[in-house]
Amino acid sequence: MAAVDPGVIAPIQPARTLPHQRVAFAVMVAFFALAPLAIYPVFLMKAMCFALFACAFNLLIGYGGLLSFGHAMFLGAAGYVSAHAAKVWGLTPELAIACGTGAAALLGLVTGLIAIRRQGIYFAMITLALAQMVFFFSLQAPFTGGEDGIQSVPRGRLLGLVDLDNIWAMYAVVLAVFVGGFLLIYRAVHSPFGQVLKAIRENEARAVSLGYDTARYKLLAYLLSATLAGAAGATKALVFQLASLTDVHWSMSGEVVLMTLVGGLGTIFGPVVGAIVIIAMESYLAELGAWVSVVQGAIFVVCVLAFRRGIVGELGHWLKKPL
Amino acid sequence: MISQRAWLAVALLLAAAGAQAQISGGVVKIGVLSDMSSLYSDIGGPGSVAAARMAVEDFAPAKHGLKVEIVSADHQNKPDVGSAIARNWYDTEGVDVIVDVPTSSVALAVSQVTKDKNKVFLVSGAASSDLTGKACTPNTIHWTYDTWMLANGTGNAIVKQGGDTWFFITADYAFGHALERDTAEVVKKAGGKVLGAVRHPLNNQDFSSFLLQAQASKAKIIGLANAGGDTINSIKQASEFGIVKGGQNLAGLLVFLSDVHGLGLDKAQGLIFTETFYWDMNPQTRAFAKRMAAANNGKYPTMVQAGVYSAITHYLKAVAAGKTDADGAKVVAKMKSMPTDDPLFGKGSIRADGRKIHPAYLVEVKKPSESKGPYDYYKIRATIPADQAFRPIDQGDCPLVKK
Amino acid sequence: MDSIFGIPVQALFGQLLIGLINGSFYALLSLGLAVIFGLLNIINFTHGAQYMVGAFCAWFLLTKLGIGYWWSLLLVPIAVGVFGIVIERLMLSRLYKLDHLYGLLLTFGLALIMQGLFRHEFGTSGTPYAMPEQLAGGRNLGFMFLPNYRAWVIVASMLVCLATWFVIEKTKLGAYLRAATENPALVQAFGINVPRMITLTYGFGVALAAFAGVMAAPIYQVNPLMGADLIIVVFAVVVIGGMGSIMGSIVTGFALGLIEGLTKVFYPEASNTVIFIIMAIVLMIKPAGLFGTVR
Repeated sequence: MAAVDPGVIAPIQPARTLPHQRVAFAVMVAFFALAPLAIYPVFLMKAMCFALFACAFNLLIGYGGLLSFGHAMFLGAAGYVSAHAAKVWGLTPELAIACGTGAAALLGLVTGLIAIRRQGIYFAMITLALAQMVFFFSLQAPFTGGEDGIQSVPRGRLLGLVDLDNIWAMYAVVLAVFVGGFLLIYRAVHSPFGQVLKAIRENEARAVSLGYDTARYKLLAYLLSATLAGAAGATKALVFQLASLTDVHWSMSGEVVLMTLVGGLGTIFGPVVGAIVIIAMESYLAELGAWVSVVQGAIFVVCVLAFRRGIVGELGHWLKKPL
Repeated sequence: MISQRAWLAVALLLAAAGAQAQISGGVVKIGVLSDMSSLYSDIGGPGSVAAARMAVEDFAPAKHGLKVEIVSADHQNKPDVGSAIARNWYDTEGVDVIVDVPTSSVALAVSQVTKDKNKVFLVSGAASSDLTGKACTPNTIHWTYDTWMLANGTGNAIVKQGGDTWFFITADYAFGHALERDTAEVVKKAGGKVLGAVRHPLNNQDFSSFLLQAQASKAKIIGLANAGGDTINSIKQASEFGIVKGGQNLAGLLVFLSDVHGLGLDKAQGLIFTETFYWDMNPQTRAFAKRMAAANNGKYPTMVQAGVYSAITHYLKAVAAGKTDADGAKVVAKMKSMPTDDPLFGKGSIRADGRKIHPAYLVEVKKPSESKGPYDYYKIRATIPADQAFRPIDQGDCPLVKK
Repeated sequence: MDSIFGIPVQALFGQLLIGLINGSFYALLSLGLAVIFGLLNIINFTHGAQYMVGAFCAWFLLTKLGIGYWWSLLLVPIAVGVFGIVIERLMLSRLYKLDHLYGLLLTFGLALIMQGLFRHEFGTSGTPYAMPEQLAGGRNLGFMFLPNYRAWVIVASMLVCLATWFVIEKTKLGAYLRAATENPALVQAFGINVPRMITLTYGFGVALAAFAGVMAAPIYQVNPLMGADLIIVVFAVVVIGGMGSIMGSIVTGFALGLIEGLTKVFYPEASNTVIFIIMAIVLMIKPAGLFGTVR
C-alpha cells in the first residue's frame, strides 16, 4: 500500500479548528475579496476555480492517501454539462452550476465504485484509464463540440435577477462557490470522518480490525473530492463562457498534481497557494512559449528533491503549526 | 473674465486631446496570438511575430503620426487559454487588434471575445470557413486561407487532371471532418467519385493500417484531411508503403512550407496542394523571404506568416486613414472599404462577410533533383483567380450579408 | 469465405500483420519501462522523453557526424543510457526511501524539461531521418505490400525482447537483480553492490527506450513531442502485463498491437482509447496484471 511520506503530511488535525488556521482563513478570504480592486478580476476568478479544484484533489491524496491521475474528468465533465445547461437548456447560472456539479458527483460515484477497490499505483492507473475514456467520449459526443468545445456560453442572470455579465456579480458568485467548497473540505477534514480517513491512510488493516467499513469511507472521500472538483469546473465554464477538451485532457490531471505539490500536500491552504502560483506563472510566462514547459518541469524537480513540503508546508513547519 | 486667448488655448488643448483620444491609449497595440511552442509553432509562432515587426517597420508609423507596439503570447492551441489571453489583452493591456491565431477552435473563441469588446481580429492561421460563415462578426477579418478554398482549389484542380477517384484519411475531429466533407462535395461536383474514408485519432503516430485500407480501395487519389504532425507522418509512411510507386497519388489538403521542410523533398515530392503565398514568385516576395529568414532562424515564411504581414499593413493603413483605432467595427469597416495592396499578396479586397480575397496557387512539391537552393520546394501548377478561389459570398450563411 | 464482417479476408490478414508489427514496436518500447517499473519499482515518466532523445541522437549522429543507422543502434542507447545513469545517481536515488509518487513526479518534471528544451530548439515539425538503404523498399506478399523495414522491426524487437527476458529470468545476474529488488538489505549482506546494480539496471532500461527511439526514427517523424502521448500507452501496457513480469509486458505489447489493429479496421476512431478500456477491465478483474504478482 502506498502511503505518502508521513514526514510531509501535516500532523494530525485536532477535531476543533485551531486559532491560527482561523487567522489564515480570514487572510485568504480578505485577499480574494479585496484583490480584484488591484489585480485583474478574471485572473483571480480563474485562480479561485483552480484553487477549489486543487483543494478537492488534495482531499483525496493528502488526507485520503489516494493519488488520482484522472481528476481532470470531473473538472471537464462538469464544465461541459454546465455549459450545455446554460447555453442549450437556457438554465440560470446557479442551476447550470448545480447540474455540472451533479454530473461530476454521478461520474464520481460510478468511477469510484470501480476504482476504490484498488490502491496505490493501481488506483492511479485505473483513474487514468477512466479519465481517458471520458476524454474519448468528450471528443466523440456531438454535444461537446469536439475540439471547438462549447463556445459562447451565456452567463445568464443569477436567480433570474442579477446579470452575471457584470464582472463584480460574477466575481461574487465565484468567491461564494470557492469559500463554500473550501469550508466544506475544512469541515470534512476536521470531523470524525476526517479522522477515520486519516486512520485508514496510516494503517488500513488496523482500521478494518477496529470495525470501520474502509471502502465506504474511501468512496465517500472520493465522491466529495469529485463533486467539489466538478463545482470548480462548472463555475469555470461560466466564467470563461467556454468548455473545452483541455479540461478533460490528462495533462490537466498532471497540472493539479503540480499545484498541490507546490503548495503543500496534505495542508489545508497549500493547494490554494499552489494554484495561485502556477496560474500566475503561466500567465507571466505566456510569452516564452516552450520555456513554460521547462520551467514547470524544473519546479517539479526542485519541489520533489528539496522542497517536498511545498510552500505552505514549509511555512507551517517553520511556524511549527499545521496549516 | 477669461481672455479669448485662454479660451482658444483651452479649445486647442481639447481638440488635441480629442484627436489623441481617438487612438486609444495613444498607442496602436497589436497582439500576435499564436501557437508558440507546439503543433503549429512552425506554421505561425515566432515567425508570425517577426512578420508583424517587419510590417510595422515597413509602414513607418512615425510618418503617419502613429505609435505602434507589438505584444505576443502563446495560446497553446487551447481555446480557454486563447480567450483568456484575448480578454486580458483587451481589458487591461489596451491591445487594439489581435492577429494570427492558428487552430480554429481558438479563433472562434477569440472572435467572440473580440466582438464583445468591439476590437479587431485578423485571422491568418486558422482554417475554419465558419469564421466568414455562420460565425462571422463585424470585427473579424479572415485573411490568408480557409477550408473552403483548400477543398475547392485542391479538389477541383486534381479532378481536372484525372484524379477522379478518391479515398480520404481524415483526422477525427471537427476540422478534419469539415475538410473531408468540403472536398468530397467538390470532387463529386467535378465528376469524381469518393470510394471511401477512414477516420484516425488526432496525433496518431502509425498510419500503416489506414494506408493499407487506402491501397485496397484502389482510389487514384488519397486525400489527407489532416494537418501538422498527422499529415507529416501519413506522407512519410506512405512513401514507405510504396503508395506513389504503386500508382496512387497523395493530395495534402492542408500542407505548409514548414511541413515540407520537416519532411524533406525525398518524401514529399509529388505532393499536390493549394496555398495563397509562396516566397519564390516575384522579387518582392523573395526579398521578404530573405528578411524573414534573417529574423527567424533561417526559416522561410509560410503563407500564414505572410498573411500576418499583409493584414497588419492593411490595418495600419486603415487606422491612419480613419485616424482612429478605438472602435473595432469602424476600423474593420474602413478596411473593407479600402482595396488591399501589399508586396506579398498583390492587389485584393475584403468582402462584407470579412473574407479577404486574393488568388490561390496549386503547387506541386519538386523532386530533390529539381531543387536548387534552400526552401526551393514548389512548382506552381496553376493559379486560381481571386474571384473563384473562395466560397461565393451568398453561400456562407453570414448574417452580415444582406440577401 | 471471402470476407469476415464485411472486410475481405485478404485485407484482414494485412491488417493483422500490421497489428503484429505495431505490437512488436509496443513490446520493444514497453520493455525498458517494464524493467525499470517492474523490477525497480521506479515510475519512470521520462521514458517517452528518453525515447525521443534517442531518436534525435540518431538524427544528430547522421546529419552532424555522418554516422549511419547501424552504428546508431549501438551508440545511441549507450549514450542515452549513460545520461540515464547520471539522472539516477544525482536525483532518483535520493527518493528511494520515499513513496513512489515522488519518483513519478520527479521523472514527470524531467520529461517536461527535456521536451521543452527540444521543442525550443527544434520546433515541432521535426526533422527528417532517412531510411537506411539496406532496409528500404519492400516485397509484395500478395495480400499486402510489406516494407522491409517493418519486417526488420519485428525481428529486432523479438530478438531484443527475448534476450532481455532471458537475461533477467534465466541468468544468475538476473536472479541477483530480482532478489535485490525484493529484499535489498539481505542481498547486500551477501556482498552484492545493490545500489550499483540498481543504477546499471536503470541505465539499461533507459538504453532500451533510446534503442526504440532509433528504431522509430526512419518511420515516424522525429519531433520533440513523439514520446509525449506514447508514454501513457506504454504505462498501460506494463500495468496490464503485470508489474515485475517482463514476459507479461512483451506479450501484452504484441497483443495490444493486434487488438489495436483490429480496432482500426472496425472502429478506427477508438484505436487510441481501446488500451485504456482493456486496462480498466484488467485492473478490475486482476489488479496485479495478467502475469504479475501482487507486491
